[in-house]
Amino acid sequence: MGSALILRLIAQRLALGVLLLFAVSVLIFAGTQILPGDVAQSILGQAATPQALENLRRELGLNDPAYIRYFRWLGGVLTGDFGTALSNRRDIAEALGGRLWNTLFLAGCAAVISVPLAILLGLLAVRYRNGVIDKAISGFALASTSLPEFFIGYLLILFFAVELQWFPASSTVFDTMSFGARLQAIALPAITLTLVVLAHMMRMTRAAILNVMQSAYIETAELKGLSAFDIIRRHAMPNAVAPIVNVVMLNLAYLIVGVVVVEVIFVYPGMGQYLVDHVSKRDVPVVQAVGLIFAAVYIGLNMIADIVAILANPRLRHPK
Amino acid sequence: MAEQPRKKVQEAARGTGTLLDIRNLRIEATVYPPGEDPKNVVIVDDVSLTVERGKVLGLIGESGAGKSTIGLSSMGYGRGGVRITGGEVVLNGRDILGDERGLRKLRGKEVCYVAQSAAAAFNPAHKLMRQVVEATLEHGVSSREEAEKRAVDLFRQLSLPDPENIGDRYPHQVSGGQLQRVMTAMALCSKPDLIVFDEPTTALDVTTQIDVLAAIKKAIRDTGVAALYITHDLAVVAQVSDDIMVLRHGKTVEWGDTRQIIEKPKQDYTKALVSVHAIDHEEHAPTPVPILTVDNVTASYGGGRVKVLRDVSVDIHPGQTLAVVGESGSGKSTLARAITGLLPPESGSITFDGRTLANRLADRPKEDLRQLQMIYQMADVAMNPRQTVGTIIGRPLEFYFGMRGAERNARVAELLDKIEMGKGFADRYPAELSGGQKQRVCIARALAAKPKLIICDEVTSALDPLVANGILKLLLELQAEEDVAYLFITHDLATVRAIADSIAVMYRGELVRYGPKGKVLTPPFDAYTDLLLSSVPEMEVGWLEKAISNRRMEAAGN
Repeated sequence: MGSALILRLIAQRLALGVLLLFAVSVLIFAGTQILPGDVAQSILGQAATPQALENLRRELGLNDPAYIRYFRWLGGVLTGDFGTALSNRRDIAEALGGRLWNTLFLAGCAAVISVPLAILLGLLAVRYRNGVIDKAISGFALASTSLPEFFIGYLLILFFAVELQWFPASSTVFDTMSFGARLQAIALPAITLTLVVLAHMMRMTRAAILNVMQSAYIETAELKGLSAFDIIRRHAMPNAVAPIVNVVMLNLAYLIVGVVVVEVIFVYPGMGQYLVDHVSKRDVPVVQAVGLIFAAVYIGLNMIADIVAILANPRLRHPK
Repeated sequence: MAEQPRKKVQEAARGTGTLLDIRNLRIEATVYPPGEDPKNVVIVDDVSLTVERGKVLGLIGESGAGKSTIGLSSMGYGRGGVRITGGEVVLNGRDILGDERGLRKLRGKEVCYVAQSAAAAFNPAHKLMRQVVEATLEHGVSSREEAEKRAVDLFRQLSLPDPENIGDRYPHQVSGGQLQRVMTAMALCSKPDLIVFDEPTTALDVTTQIDVLAAIKKAIRDTGVAALYITHDLAVVAQVSDDIMVLRHGKTVEWGDTRQIIEKPKQDYTKALVSVHAIDHEEHAPTPVPILTVDNVTASYGGGRVKVLRDVSVDIHPGQTLAVVGESGSGKSTLARAITGLLPPESGSITFDGRTLANRLADRPKEDLRQLQMIYQMADVAMNPRQTVGTIIGRPLEFYFGMRGAERNARVAELLDKIEMGKGFADRYPAELSGGQKQRVCIARALAAKPKLIICDEVTSALDPLVANGILKLLLELQAEEDVAYLFITHDLATVRAIADSIAVMYRGELVRYGPKGKVLTPPFDAYTDLLLSSVPEMEVGWLEKAISNRRMEAAGN
């Protein structure tokens, strides 16, 4: 009975996510249509004759009504065809593949460092709350968040690439690179991202657990003679999972979607840089494709957070 | 060598003699009153007590008397920043204060705690069994297998249903009365020397309370554990304690054996506690025309899926009180919601002062709203904390009568006078008032509208007995002066006896007994009314056993 209810709730979340993604695709498409400028004009340049422009428009289907163009685009996307980039006439899906993988690799490395570290620091801050350790952790985390990522990035380059020469200043990666070399190449951007997202996750972990620590069952645990860390780990943590997962997912989304600046600083061939390059070239199909992928990542991760929150709730898992 | 004699002393101490010896205990806390500087208050002042092995000491007093604080001090625990600043707590022959590491070893092993609300005291994320045996395993008292076996035995002793499997359930899957017994099993599991019961039955229905009380008493007797039993209900503590200590404002008022305290109290305060609820209220005969008639009302939640009221018909007569009694979930408050229009009935009609009331609140004219007022259980949350008492009481005067300025202020002062508080309170905020004063302000607010009927929803349930008594007397006086009728919802039968002219007994959404007070409270009873009446603790040693053996029907909470 419980599992049927859970499955229904999860199915609802999934359906909602898909629906949302379609709504976002409409917004992205509409947004790029509103942008001033004409695709044909930007391909052919200022010197193009009216006849040539008209021919290209017909060829690209630009004269069709917007909704037909939307469904044509959507149909392509659903079959894995994002169209061709206007600027260099290359297949977008193909170019995206490698870049998406690079971005996910960088985000994954940053997540592997930052998520456990943030939760551990959050637990420590609760255990020694209002003491020196708590304040030191909070101070460090807040300082690292307050500094803009380009500043942290250049600072890291100055010390670790220029002075100490441990890591390269620009994170060039290529297909034939070994895993170890790849890790070394992305070490600095990964650390930069970690410092940016750490504080938020750590502070939220601390707040979520402290909130739970007010509960009567924490007093029960104290009166059983459990140690402070056992109380936090066994009794507070399981009830703080949902809010913590929520903030972790938001930050994971940021690691993938918000890396634009970091990728530019470290000249890393990921999605962010790809997007920035093509925005400046007014390459609408690429912007649409990247926007849609970012939206999918965002919605997907938030959906996971929702589903974890459902699964973490014993009242839903085990109804009366 | 040194180990040997100490062990012998401890073993000797475990047999008989003094288990807990609290000497000149002083406990303080820092409070932060609104708009004032933080100040130090003494919560417990020079209290000394001893508990013998296997004996039960009842701690009784009103809220703020320091009962729970003293109880928790036996575990060296100060709730919410409370500090033990003086005295000694000697447990098993050693002073436990000031040794944080030692405290952790004794909590859950030598002393265990049973909280008022087991529903909040269990971790919602873990199965019951895991929590029940946790302290036993933490302190290495026994293996997991043995601990679980003992837990199942205790579940059986405490007459929990399905004792083998109830441990596999989560807290939310078990009723409040059952959880309270599981918590008692949890406290007993590690074979402690002392258990602190902190109002373990206060939050339960009267019919459930008696079962839990009997189970706790039996468990104490069978295991030979000593206990501190904390409650504000003298009749309850009289059933389980060997001795009783009466506390007030953190000081000892009287300490003696149970029979002496109940039958021959020496101090005036104890006498007042023993004789509480001695309001004599003669019932009035029904008038020919009722002010409110509820006619065959049926109501449900979730669009007809969950029927919460079935075919209920009652009359309320002008200037009289109808008491609606029943346990939680019986539909008492739902009846009030139907009458106020918050839950439109599915069928049936409600007639008020000769006219039929619209089903939905939104369809009722202002005049209907004015004549039908409500007072709630939680006075705290029924008032805006950022408004002064004068604004709170003045609001209905503005809203219904358009009073302004001096006229309004004069009327507010008059109303404050009626509730025996004086106009000096008009500029105070709710946070500055005591629980009883807050409820008085809510009464004044209801009266300000000059209603013909006031619905009182458990208005005295959250108050201490003596304060509650004062509120009931006030309500009766106001009724005589203003000729207002009350629909009085309560689960407390002593309150009903004190205030009602007629009584409606509800059970699972249905009316099981209804009529004038004298008739309803006179045998022969139906099975449920009998259960309800016989479950009310009486201030008499040995009442519990008599009541349990005379019962005809099991409580629904079982």
